[in-house]
Amino acid sequence: MRLWLMALVLVASLGIASSAGAKTLRLAYDADPISLDPHQQLSGGTLQLSHMVFDPLVRWRKDLSLEPRLAERWEQIAPNVVRFYLRRGVTFHSGNPLEAKDVVWTFNRLKQSPDFKGLFEPFEAARAVDDHTVDLVTKGPYPLILNLATYVFPMDSVFYSGKDERGRDKSELVKHGASFASDNVSGTGPFTITEREQGIRLVFKRFDEYWDRDSPGNVSEIVMTPIKEGPTRVAALLSGDVDFIAPVPPADLQRLKASDEIVLITMRGSRVVTLQLNQDRVPQFRDKRVRQAIVHAINNEGIAAKIMRGFATPAGQLSPPGYPGHDDALSPRHDLRHARSLMKEAGYEQGFSVTMLAPNNRYVNDYKIAEAAAAMLAKINIKVDLKTLPKAQFWPQFDARAADIMMIGWYSDTEDSANFAEFLAMSPDKSSGYGQYNAGNYKNPTLDRLVLQSQTMTDKAARATLLQQVERILYEDAALVPLHWQHLAWAARKGVNIEPVINVMNMPFLGDLVVE
Amino acid sequence: MAVISTIGFGVKASLGDPTRELAGDAASQVEREALRARLGLDDPWSVQYARFLGNAVRGDLGTSYVFKRPALEVILSKFPATFELVLAASLIVALLSLPAGLYCALNPNSIAARAIMGLSVLGISVPIFLTGIFAITIFSVELGLLPSFGRGETVAIGPWRTGLLSADGLAHLVLPAMTLSSIMLPLFIRLVRGQMLDVLDQDFIRTAWAKGLPPWRVWLSHGLRNAAIPLVTLGGLQLGTLLAYTILTETVFQWPGMGFLFLDAVNRADVPLIIAYIMVVGAIFVTINTLVDVLYVLIDPRVSLGVQAR
Repeated sequence: MRLWLMALVLVASLGIASSAGAKTLRLAYDADPISLDPHQQLSGGTLQLSHMVFDPLVRWRKDLSLEPRLAERWEQIAPNVVRFYLRRGVTFHSGNPLEAKDVVWTFNRLKQSPDFKGLFEPFEAARAVDDHTVDLVTKGPYPLILNLATYVFPMDSVFYSGKDERGRDKSELVKHGASFASDNVSGTGPFTITEREQGIRLVFKRFDEYWDRDSPGNVSEIVMTPIKEGPTRVAALLSGDVDFIAPVPPADLQRLKASDEIVLITMRGSRVVTLQLNQDRVPQFRDKRVRQAIVHAINNEGIAAKIMRGFATPAGQLSPPGYPGHDDALSPRHDLRHARSLMKEAGYEQGFSVTMLAPNNRYVNDYKIAEAAAAMLAKINIKVDLKTLPKAQFWPQFDARAADIMMIGWYSDTEDSANFAEFLAMSPDKSSGYGQYNAGNYKNPTLDRLVLQSQTMTDKAARATLLQQVERILYEDAALVPLHWQHLAWAARKGVNIEPVINVMNMPFLGDLVVE
Repeated sequence: MAVISTIGFGVKASLGDPTRELAGDAASQVEREALRARLGLDDPWSVQYARFLGNAVRGDLGTSYVFKRPALEVILSKFPATFELVLAASLIVALLSLPAGLYCALNPNSIAARAIMGLSVLGISVPIFLTGIFAITIFSVELGLLPSFGRGETVAIGPWRTGLLSADGLAHLVLPAMTLSSIMLPLFIRLVRGQMLDVLDQDFIRTAWAKGLPPWRVWLSHGLRNAAIPLVTLGGLQLGTLLAYTILTETVFQWPGMGFLFLDAVNRADVPLIIAYIMVVGAIFVTINTLVDVLYVLIDPRVSLGVQAR
């Protein structure tokens, strides 16, 4: 018996010794990427994968400044042209060298991607100047060229060209159905994929030829498992079955914070959750005083503190702090007395009835927030008939504008204020696509003009002033009801040093992760 | 099966629009409509149904939007995981409910019997979701004995990936199987007890005692065998219920089986996968019921298919 135990200890210690150099990170997200093609779906999952297997031209630092990646440096050579100088000596996983033609190829593919082409609409072309220099050219002066360069993850154009054994064009971008690029990948990123069982596990291995020799990252293997249920994900971390989880469900934050073996990091995110008041359906909502009354009746702080358990920052505007349009003066304004007097002034002291729709599995605690908001509106005699739906059924209803009040959360893909206004607040226009998610049908020509004007302004300070003006108009008009910015949370076991690699975009730079 | 397919296809419209999940929030209306057209979602219901039936006859239940592979193939690749989970849970139910039920029937007034019956009430009333989370909290988080999620290491035997042949796979099976069985165990303990009490009260048992047979023969050969018929019937039917509960159990434990896949498909409005699941589960129900009928012949001394019983 004792001999047997000793043997066991010996084997165990050998196992530890041999794994000292090789660090494996066991990672659990709520879902795994649905495709390996970086252009198939514009989603957090795709971008997280892109940062592991590919590298962008530039990327955001934690403070939202830009960090050179595959572009070593850049310069604005004309109001509508930014020249990028590519890093030399970078190779793809296939062994092919990174050249300007790969960037041009990738850019052209982005322009064809149904999901990404909207973002790249202001761009005219990418042009190779020489093997290591590329110009990104926009149709007119455009202030967000660099913001969009964070979406350019050069793909290996040689690897993705030609036909595969099934005769499919390797470059093909298929939204629905299998393609070469949805199962095969060659990027310049810190990791290659060695094993993939969709929905079960995805295994990454560090790329030996990775160009970034200065990266402190020491993880040699990542095993990513999707765990959909929040409590199970937390339990897997607590029991030591995984090392790193995201997202962390708000209900478990206290429990993880209290644990000595777990590092929990929360951060204010940039997704804003709002309510929209449909002026087409409800004549009363056309009265600014009624909208103002509603904004004053909703207790944002209460929702953030009680329902979100501090896991949200109450919002009075769309742009979170740090965005050019953010104005500190525009704070939430809960004041029930004032709300009642506004209703009285508008002649609706007796109130009225409306319908409301909210998703129940899209945003953190979405349906609870909706219930609370409905209860708050009851206090100014607005009777709310609330219906909550799973997101798959919610969106068709949203598109049909099937209720008087809609809940919607929005994240700005450009990390810029104008994006919020373009989708949520500009007058809905099918042909231009502006106001696509403006379920309040709020229309203000002045605001439209200002937002359009901001799209061609390259003077940062002047542009910020203008975008702040946009926020002020929305605030004073009570065009919609901002509730809060949802927070982000990650948790890892002690020794997995996640703090330096996570950021407000929720794209952990796992290539730089250090595990003790 | 035709009825099942019609119903499955009938609810399709209310399952939601898959294009948002596929295309992302920022995709324009135009892009989404193009995608709908490509998926054939804009055709009239009858056209879509006819197309579905035509393909189904050839064994093609459509292509999953998310997996981008034939839906039937995706479902069947998850079947082993679910099968092993149900098998393990049924074994637990069978192995525990028989002795416990027998004990309670033979010693109805003992403290242990009362404790078992009391616990079984508790077992019935706790939702399986909670049972699962409790089990994870106690056995994985607090005691650190068993893994909290997934299937662990699997061994491939042909197309079948089994978790039953490795220690890791078996360790991963314990908690989900326990949780799943918790929903059936109380029911079967009560059933075994009730049936046995009934049977033990009958004349032929008294005759058996009078013949001077040893107690174990009276209880098992005469008692249990006659009590077993309703048990098998109900067991077969409840196997279906067990299959339904795998949806919750698999979701709690991130068990990569058909039930987990189904819930995920519902969330993503992956319609072909949902319909394929309904069809496959329907087929399983039909098969089980047929098997139950066959089992009758083997167990019930009164039913025979013309073969002379002893």
